[in-house]
Amino acid sequence: MQPRLATYRKLTNALVVGLSGFSALIGLFFLGWILMVVILKGMAAFSPDFFLKLPTPPGVPGGGLANAIVGTLLITLLSVLLGVPLGILGGVYLSEFGEQSKIAAAVRFCSNVLMGTPSIIVGVFIYAIMVYPLGHFSGYAGAVSLAVIMLPVVVRTTEDMLRLVPNSLRESALALGAPRWKVTVQVVFRAAKSGLFTGVLLAIARVSGETAPLLFTALNSPYWMESLSKPTANLTVTIFNYAMSPYKDWQRQAWGASLLIMMGVLFVTLVGRFYLKGRKTP
Amino acid sequence: MSNVVRLTRFNWPEKGVPKGVLTGEDGHAWLPSPVRENGPKPKAVLKPKISTRNLNFFYGRFHALKDNSLDIYEKKVTAIIGPSGCGKSTHIRVYNRIYDLYRDQRATGTILMDGEDILSPACDLIKLRRRVGMIFQKPTPFPMSVKDNVTYGLKMHYKLSRSRLMERVEWALKQAALWEEVKHDLEKPATALSGGQQQRLCIARAIAVEPEILLMDEPTSAIDPIATAKIEDLVVNLKERFTIVIVTHNMQQAARISDFTAFFYQGVIVEYGETEKIFTKPEKKQTEEYITGRFG
Repeated sequence: MQPRLATYRKLTNALVVGLSGFSALIGLFFLGWILMVVILKGMAAFSPDFFLKLPTPPGVPGGGLANAIVGTLLITLLSVLLGVPLGILGGVYLSEFGEQSKIAAAVRFCSNVLMGTPSIIVGVFIYAIMVYPLGHFSGYAGAVSLAVIMLPVVVRTTEDMLRLVPNSLRESALALGAPRWKVTVQVVFRAAKSGLFTGVLLAIARVSGETAPLLFTALNSPYWMESLSKPTANLTVTIFNYAMSPYKDWQRQAWGASLLIMMGVLFVTLVGRFYLKGRKTP
Repeated sequence: MSNVVRLTRFNWPEKGVPKGVLTGEDGHAWLPSPVRENGPKPKAVLKPKISTRNLNFFYGRFHALKDNSLDIYEKKVTAIIGPSGCGKSTHIRVYNRIYDLYRDQRATGTILMDGEDILSPACDLIKLRRRVGMIFQKPTPFPMSVKDNVTYGLKMHYKLSRSRLMERVEWALKQAALWEEVKHDLEKPATALSGGQQQRLCIARAIAVEPEILLMDEPTSAIDPIATAKIEDLVVNLKERFTIVIVTHNMQQAARISDFTAFFYQGVIVEYGETEKIFTKPEKKQTEEYITGRFG
């Protein structure tokens, strides 16, 4: 028997390593480019006024995006309050109670579809069921649309994380005479805690950059908001408006807002990472 | 059944009950009637705790247990042996109905536990599982502190003051021969313990709720020899309080610690009897071949 020559094998190996490395570099290059530009241009917009003042009309120097920052925070917070509990409950149903049932299969399929739905469609949907019947844009509608986008992400990550918990743990708790809901809340949740938390953070990161759904729901506003039932200023729609405007000042503010969102997402993701790493539960 | 003797509740005089006499929970002696003051020592009395009749078990379409009939005697250690996949674990998993967790598993037949059919739909699973504790092959500490692991079942079934709770924790950990090793680390996460310690913690957790029966599904197969020896000692001590059913792959273990042994093969109980007899004079050829290591 003649052993095969190593030359060909080594060549293929080098080719694959080279190609995959090259692709990774291309990806990194563009990512780095975007980051660089956003950081450089965004930093120029940062000033105390940017965080503390209201926007000024075009042509008037100064001003900031304080109202949009507060608006985005509030809308995101409200959407978390709506979407996360619902999503976690849904995930619990899929993993712990529905399992192989037909309803569970249907819910799973729907959330997969919803996850792939363009966010602008969610925006139009909320426009149709909330904004149009109520007659005005509102921060609440914005929060609901973000919650809808968040929902399938939370449902699926919750299900996946709970499924990682070995059945032996459930059996042990059941064998001690615990009812099913206690097993879920006290043992399974605890075992999956870091995974669930990370899932929620990723969902927040996902929605905090959404623009299209807010465009149809929260709209925007140059004023301090009086309540979330009025059109509410927010960073993403502000970026959308300002970036397309012909005014240099506004364009600079849009860069600043972009950097702010990017840093927010980075922060949330890092916290998630850190949490997942720091707390390994078997 | 010739070896079952009728019992009479006997109010023993103040002096206390002599050693070797069975006593009920209230401290009264139970003696074969009639009681003779100076007669021969009363023979150990066998009382079936669990009577299984015609138990059949199915995993979906797979018929895993075939017409199992078996009496588990109170405060004895019963070992279940047999080759892998013969239905040993499946059999004891029916005793606390833990298989209920899975949709496609079902059991038919009757299992009387103190006269109550645990397979009937009316059986309260939470009460049943308080009475029947279970230890699994792999230690399964809950992701919480050592103390919280032990109090988990306790708090669920009993309303106890803080101090009583801690007494019970100490008692259970002492029973499980773990107290000395963890008494200063009760707040430590249970997952930080070693495998053998984790398994003893699981035993403490199970006996803390004072079950009547303890099911052990290969409790030492994932554990080192020293920890195994500790757990075996434990089993022998625990049978004073509990009825123990232990599934094991280790024949020496069965011979060392059990009073009765059942040999399972392909879902059928081939032979059941006193451990000594099963290991010295088995009636069936299959049993002999298995315990002498010729197959399995």
